[in-house]
Amino acid sequence: MMRFMLLFSRQGKLRLQKWYTATGDRDKKKMVRELMQIVLARKPKMCSFLEWRDLKIVYKRYASLYFCCAIEEQDNELITLEIIHRFVELLDKYFGSVCELDIIFNFEKAYFILDEFLMGGEIQDTSKKSVLKAIEQADLLQEEDESPRSVLEEMGLA
Amino acid sequence: MSDVVEKTLTALPSLLSLDSQTVATKLSSTSKLGALIRGITELRSKHEEEKLIQRELASLKDQVSSPHTSMRQMKEAMVRAIYCEMLGYEASFSYIHAIKLAQQGSILDKRVGYLAVCLFLKENHELLLLLVNTVLKDLQSTNLIEVCMALTVVSQMFPKDMIPAILPLVEEKLNHSKEIIRRKAVLALYKFYVMAPNQVQHIHNKFRKALCDKDPGVMFASLHIYLQMIKDNPEGYKDLTGSFVTILKQVVSGKLPMDFNYHTVPAPWLQIQLLRILSILGKNDKHSSEIMYEVLDESLKRAEINHNITYAILYECVKCIYTIYPNSDLHEKAAKCIGNFVISSKINLKYLGLKALTFVIQQDPKLALQHQMTIIECLDHPDILIKRETLELLFRITNAQNVTVIVEKMLEFLHQSKDDYTTIDLVGKVAEIAEKYAPENKWFIETMNTVFSLGGDMIQADIPNSFLKLLSEGFDNEEENKKLRLFAVDSYVSLLEGETRKLPQRFLQVIAWVLGEYSHLRTDLDPAKVMTLLSKLLDIRQISSETKTWVLMAMTKLCSGEASISKAQSVCEDYRSSSDTVLRQRAHELQLLSQDPALRGQLLPLHRGSETLEVDFSLSFLDAFVSEALAAGAAPYKPPHQRHEELAQEKALSLEPYELSLPINMSSYSVSGRQSPTLMSGSSGLSGDSTELSAKGSSATLKLEGVKRVWGKEGYLSKEDPVEEVAQVETLSPLSSPNQPPGAGRTLSNAAAPSETPEPQQEKLQLASSLFVGLSLQTSVCLMGQPEPTAQRFRRKAKTPNSSSSALPERVSVAPVPTSSVDNMLSHDPLEATSMLPEVTHETILPPNTEVNALLIDTANSSPSPSNGVEIPFETSENEIAKTPKHECPVRSLPPDLLGLPHTKITSLCSSQTLDVSACHVEKDDSVSLLIFTSNLSDSDMENIHFSFSTEQLQVSLSSERPLHEILKHSNAVCEYSLTVHAPAIHFQMVGTLSYESSSQSREMEFSYKLPLSSFIRPLVISTEQYGTHWLDFSNDTKQNLALVSEGQDPLTDTLNILKRKLGLHVVEVIGLEGIAACRLAQDQPCLLHCRVNAGTLAVWLRSPVPKLPDCLLYHCQRVLEET
Repeated sequence: MMRFMLLFSRQGKLRLQKWYTATGDRDKKKMVRELMQIVLARKPKMCSFLEWRDLKIVYKRYASLYFCCAIEEQDNELITLEIIHRFVELLDKYFGSVCELDIIFNFEKAYFILDEFLMGGEIQDTSKKSVLKAIEQADLLQEEDESPRSVLEEMGLA
Repeated sequence: MSDVVEKTLTALPSLLSLDSQTVATKLSSTSKLGALIRGITELRSKHEEEKLIQRELASLKDQVSSPHTSMRQMKEAMVRAIYCEMLGYEASFSYIHAIKLAQQGSILDKRVGYLAVCLFLKENHELLLLLVNTVLKDLQSTNLIEVCMALTVVSQMFPKDMIPAILPLVEEKLNHSKEIIRRKAVLALYKFYVMAPNQVQHIHNKFRKALCDKDPGVMFASLHIYLQMIKDNPEGYKDLTGSFVTILKQVVSGKLPMDFNYHTVPAPWLQIQLLRILSILGKNDKHSSEIMYEVLDESLKRAEINHNITYAILYECVKCIYTIYPNSDLHEKAAKCIGNFVISSKINLKYLGLKALTFVIQQDPKLALQHQMTIIECLDHPDILIKRETLELLFRITNAQNVTVIVEKMLEFLHQSKDDYTTIDLVGKVAEIAEKYAPENKWFIETMNTVFSLGGDMIQADIPNSFLKLLSEGFDNEEENKKLRLFAVDSYVSLLEGETRKLPQRFLQVIAWVLGEYSHLRTDLDPAKVMTLLSKLLDIRQISSETKTWVLMAMTKLCSGEASISKAQSVCEDYRSSSDTVLRQRAHELQLLSQDPALRGQLLPLHRGSETLEVDFSLSFLDAFVSEALAAGAAPYKPPHQRHEELAQEKALSLEPYELSLPINMSSYSVSGRQSPTLMSGSSGLSGDSTELSAKGSSATLKLEGVKRVWGKEGYLSKEDPVEEVAQVETLSPLSSPNQPPGAGRTLSNAAAPSETPEPQQEKLQLASSLFVGLSLQTSVCLMGQPEPTAQRFRRKAKTPNSSSSALPERVSVAPVPTSSVDNMLSHDPLEATSMLPEVTHETILPPNTEVNALLIDTANSSPSPSNGVEIPFETSENEIAKTPKHECPVRSLPPDLLGLPHTKITSLCSSQTLDVSACHVEKDDSVSLLIFTSNLSDSDMENIHFSFSTEQLQVSLSSERPLHEILKHSNAVCEYSLTVHAPAIHFQMVGTLSYESSSQSREMEFSYKLPLSSFIRPLVISTEQYGTHWLDFSNDTKQNLALVSEGQDPLTDTLNILKRKLGLHVVEVIGLEGIAACRLAQDQPCLLHCRVNAGTLAVWLRSPVPKLPDCLLYHCQRVLEET
């Protein structure tokens, strides 16, 4: 199971954080700070995996943004790398060639996509199409915010 | 209609993405969030940021608490609050409003509200209770999106205690018509299972339905639950093995919709999940594993494309193949696969290759030899992670010959490493192998010095403890003991003469203790000098008061002679009024004892024999106190590991070590690993060092680290050249592994011998040959047992009442003629030993060359007539079982298929003029069968015969082979019931009722039957290493002192033999004055026994995962021993 996912910039600014197990605020801050330090210090050609505390860290850099996941001992590192990649693909498709700015200004959207993709630390939907479909259906409501309920239901997931 | 919606929906992304950039820029210029973000980016310092955010938070606070804020504004405010929190500033005032937003907002506000709640609060936050009603409402909503949101939030965080409130609603969603809802519901249930497994216990059948869902996505989601459940209880789901294999087959052959493909690979996530499940199911289970071989082979074959995702699958496949019951064909393919990983130029693959290699190395040491040059290169890899993993690999292949090189490499790494976790871990490993394989005293002490200085005060406490214990208890050779202690003293004196300020506290404590205890051994060393050195330590500012205590205690031991005493006096002056009470007490002690040499001599004799330190390990003198305290309502004592476990559970963090290959099914020990079952079980009984053997052979090897290696084979270590011995061994052995011609191992290690190679290459080759020496030897070990030279140098010696050189049990093993120790071993287990002898005599007992002949002759002699009273005839008491079949009652003889099994005398239970009921019980391998013999003495037939039993602790089931309905007149019948233990008890009392019809009258008869726990006890054949692992895992324990049986020369062995004979314990190993044995209840419930001779009694310590089992078994041990 994934323990948490962090997105942070090359400058060490946190852009997104998702925790799948209950963690105290102080611990969170400490872990984020420590991890950023370790990951940012690593050189580009180095291994994408780390053993850190009792966790395995899988990270990958896309442009100026680092995607960093913590998984448990028995989890598969390579597939986690692909989870990151799939998440980036989803963001890319949704925002249209995504950049760090998109995520900064629309971070709540990024969270929605992540929630549709991973649930409780496990991958929920592996199909790019259906994840985006679910997100867009919810987004659609935004436009029709004021419309009556019955129409909403029609829109639902028909 | 739905089609139209579908189309507009699919067209939408392009629409959205077209203007998303403009949206973003628009947002950034107009919205408040945009303003905030831009504001932050323009700032120059952290301080300015802080000011800005505080301002922002203040205005947010005003906004959210104002009653005029609309939900829409609230949503916007919430987003800003999330942003501030992400930057590390607390916005707790907004938490309650986030919940309100989720409660009252429109569907979109709700989405943000829920998101904010998820990000702000964690599982146990009290405000979450306010969310329960909202979630309940949304779960019941007719709007799918609301339901989805509710399920998402529930899976993210939900108060544990409130799960029952929403469980029925979530459960209901499993039948929903939309697969997305079903999928989310399954995942929510998965989360519940992880948080509180017992809350969802009753709906396991619903999980099965989800597994069979027609939508592959829902089925996939259910696998998360199954993985978890199977991990917790592999036995319960063996029946699903076939189904999982079928699913995997379908996935691999591309039967799923294209949607599930990822880079043309069919459903990789699903594949990996299934592989993980299969590896748990197949672990130590030959039957289940055989079902999987084909599909695993297929998976390996299919994963061909050069893409990360196929490597991910391959890696999982390899792990699975090496976890399940071995198949040589698959192993070969997997090994090739690992090879490809290791030599890959992609660093991620290389890393995983090394990890895989580490994982399989003990099963397949040859693999390391194949890749030795790559491993050497990895040792110098610029990426520290690769280096670290390489060291891990080397740690696994350490032996007496390569230990110095490996330790050197590890210490080198430690000097560079800055990460505390790595340091602690690695330091522990260095200490472990140094103790195990140290080639000489000087090296050992120096290595430990480095360990202590590098490990600092983070070092695990057991490292200094066991180091001191090793020094004080010593090992078999007094002379060597003294040398080791002298080395330590010399080394520490010179350390203290140098710079002491940087030495860690733990190290100082070790130094103080050693100097206090042993500096007198160095006769030319003036105690006053040591005193001065020690007192200097007290002046260091960083020194902790705990260390000061150690130093004062050391001084107390040392102060003799005028100079010392005056030194002591001045130290006492300083600390007599210390605010630390312990320190103050030590100072007083020092003062008193330094003035009274007679008392001091009495208290702290210089050449103390071990008898002064007798410790009652069972703490029996506290029993009265404990029972009193318990009666007064005190909580029962929990051993640290149990406390730790509970703590870990509370934290919901899995702190378990890598549990890839710990056998869970205890009964399958004997068949785990690559050897044939007979060889395994036989050799563990025969070879003294069974730990080594099974470490190589069974798959249960990866948990070895961390388990203290207290047990080794007894016996004097002659310092022979190990390599030479290999050669001898190989020429000697007629048996060697089929896939490896004799001497192949040697050629492999010699392959690294320098030939015409360039200079740097040559260096590497040399390093390789020093690192991998002895590995080739281990390959042959798989079949032949452990050769002598790789055994430990420092063998822990059991503390003896007399001084060690005169203690009898040691004498036996120390004796230069190895035959006696062989005898000794044989007598532990005569049955296994004799059955083993024809095949494995030469291999299992590896003799030093010169003594081979003597040994062979001796073992040959001992095989026909095992010595040491093995064949003592059994006295059969009523409940005791004769191991040889008896036929006392020809009328009521056992059914033919049970004839060979041990059984009790047939006793009459009840009888009348017309009927006689007798019974006996038979010990089968995995159960106990109760046989009831019914004789119809009347003139009419008995019909509708029915037995019923009432017993709480036993489960009684009719064996289907012998149902019984009627007995004709003047005839007998027998029916068989199989008994399994529900809850252990000393005796099991069964009350039975026999009802039948005779001459159309229904009658009943009552009877009772009693059988002891010992009938259910079976030997558990495990190795010492496995024993060590389990000992720590089991939480129920009991201790007591029992009487020793003293009929022969070796009371401990005799006592254990009696326990073995009468109770069927398996004696795992006997070392000096300690012995360990293992047994199990007929249904795989293990119980471990550790005993130690202590002042003429036997301190017995039993542990088991089953409550009450240790207590009940202890009773029987006591009884058996008292009887003899």
